[in-house]
Amino acid sequence: MNATAVLTAEDAGFAYRGAPAVLHGVSLDITAGRSVGLVGESGAGKTTLLRLLLGLTRPTSGRILFEGAELRPRDRELTRRFRRSVQSVFQDPYSSLDPRQRVGRIVSEPLCSLGLTAEAGAEGDGSGARGGRALGIRARGARRDDPRVGAALEAVGLPADAALRYPHEFSGGQRQRVAIARATVCDPRVLLADEPVSALDVTTRVRIVDLLLELKESRGLTIAMVSHDLSVVAALCEWTAVLEYGRVVEQGDTASVLGSPSHPYTRRLIASVPRLPAADGTAG
Amino acid sequence: MNVLDVQGLTIRTEEGRDLVSDVSFSIGAGSRLGLVGESGSGKSLTALAVMGLLPPGMTASGSIALTAHGAPPAEIVGATERALNGLRGRAATVVFQEPLTALDPLMRLGAQLAEPLRARHGRGLRGAALRRAVEEALDRVRLPEPGRIARAHPHEISGGQRQRVALAMALACEPALLIADEPTTALDVTVQSEVLALLDTLVADRDMALLFISHDLAVVSAVTDHVLVLKDGTAVESGSVADIVGRPVHPYTRDLVGSARHLESALERIVR
Repeated sequence: MNATAVLTAEDAGFAYRGAPAVLHGVSLDITAGRSVGLVGESGAGKTTLLRLLLGLTRPTSGRILFEGAELRPRDRELTRRFRRSVQSVFQDPYSSLDPRQRVGRIVSEPLCSLGLTAEAGAEGDGSGARGGRALGIRARGARRDDPRVGAALEAVGLPADAALRYPHEFSGGQRQRVAIARATVCDPRVLLADEPVSALDVTTRVRIVDLLLELKESRGLTIAMVSHDLSVVAALCEWTAVLEYGRVVEQGDTASVLGSPSHPYTRRLIASVPRLPAADGTAG
Repeated sequence: MNVLDVQGLTIRTEEGRDLVSDVSFSIGAGSRLGLVGESGSGKSLTALAVMGLLPPGMTASGSIALTAHGAPPAEIVGATERALNGLRGRAATVVFQEPLTALDPLMRLGAQLAEPLRARHGRGLRGAALRRAVEEALDRVRLPEPGRIARAHPHEISGGQRQRVALAMALACEPALLIADEPTTALDVTVQSEVLALLDTLVADRDMALLFISHDLAVVSAVTDHVLVLKDGTAVESGSVADIVGRPVHPYTRDLVGSARHLESALERIVR
């Protein structure tokens, strides 16, 4: 498909064994510099599509392409490159961080499992030579004093001593920052996020949206995000795809999809968004 | 006459920490109050205190007076379980956030709805008359095919439909006060707007008092006329929706309104 696409869903479909398909022929490009919002109701297939793009689930029809090549778990070289380029953030910051690991260890995890610790740890306990899988289990690895861990924590606005603390010592918003630090520590090109701000309070939500905006600008990060919140999509994504019953019913520039929706479902979605009364007290 | 009158409500844990301190508000028949705040602000605890349902170990002090249709005001703080049971349903009922946990997964919806109906109309209500009452109650919350829904188990219907059933159960006793604790937070946006519209008409038709709890100012402003803003268990500001949203005074309220507007602004620029 598109030559510049990092990730491509090519006519991708998915069905659980013996059940009707939950995703039908979805085609979507995730292109560098063009963040994508996936919107739709619960059960529309947003998260399934995200899991396909993440390589967590294989499509039962169609293909998922990474830099033009089909994603195959057997292809170690490609998978490693894929994992380095595409990272993820999930909805619930309470369940996505291991409660028994210090934040420094959590954030350094991608460096360990991708075998990116060799150049930092000079004494190198064979980390460069060993296979990635062995590293994932054994490596005490990219120690918490790895400068990249500190830099990632700093980039998400957490204090330097955060690395020494445990997840329970942080608030929901701070935990989501830890999750974002973990996802960005290996400098990925694409961040796949499933409802990254919906578990957060409004004031915290604004700060995390601002953080993601900043990462987009400063690092050239491309975000592909599932969200039921159209304002978050409008703030972060240049491209919007609307899903209904497992099909993309409409996709295009966010401004045109949300500004002049052509599909009746998109129109209904936009009309349903609760709005604050006008600021000047002229609320009708 | 106020249906609900809360004066100096304080909720304390066993360790002596105040989770809600000195909160006062009242709601008259036919009026609506929104309780707004972020997680941990004490919104839900306040609702539970009004129902006399505080978790073990927590104690309420102050006064919560509930007045059911023509009865003398009843004090909730310190009331016996027996007295509370007489008030629940008739004086006040709650709709919670998650209808999947509010409904019994093993019981048909009709049987669950029959319980409050029989509590209201007496044990004599059974057989065809009970079936008819159940279907009427489901019909009132605009559920299609009430007969099918009455025979279904909770997992067989959608989230929006479950919340409608929960609402039908809450309304079965024709309460003077309805407490809705984040009733649409678990629902899709399109379903949310339908349920909010339904809640709006049902409350208006019955001249009920409504205590609506939400973290979302936009949702609150769609349903209520007055708002009380809670932060860390203290009421920081109260007033009409237009005032709170248009001219917030307290720094926290300003932050709350500002954040909501900031988020909305990205969409506002596109959707006109």
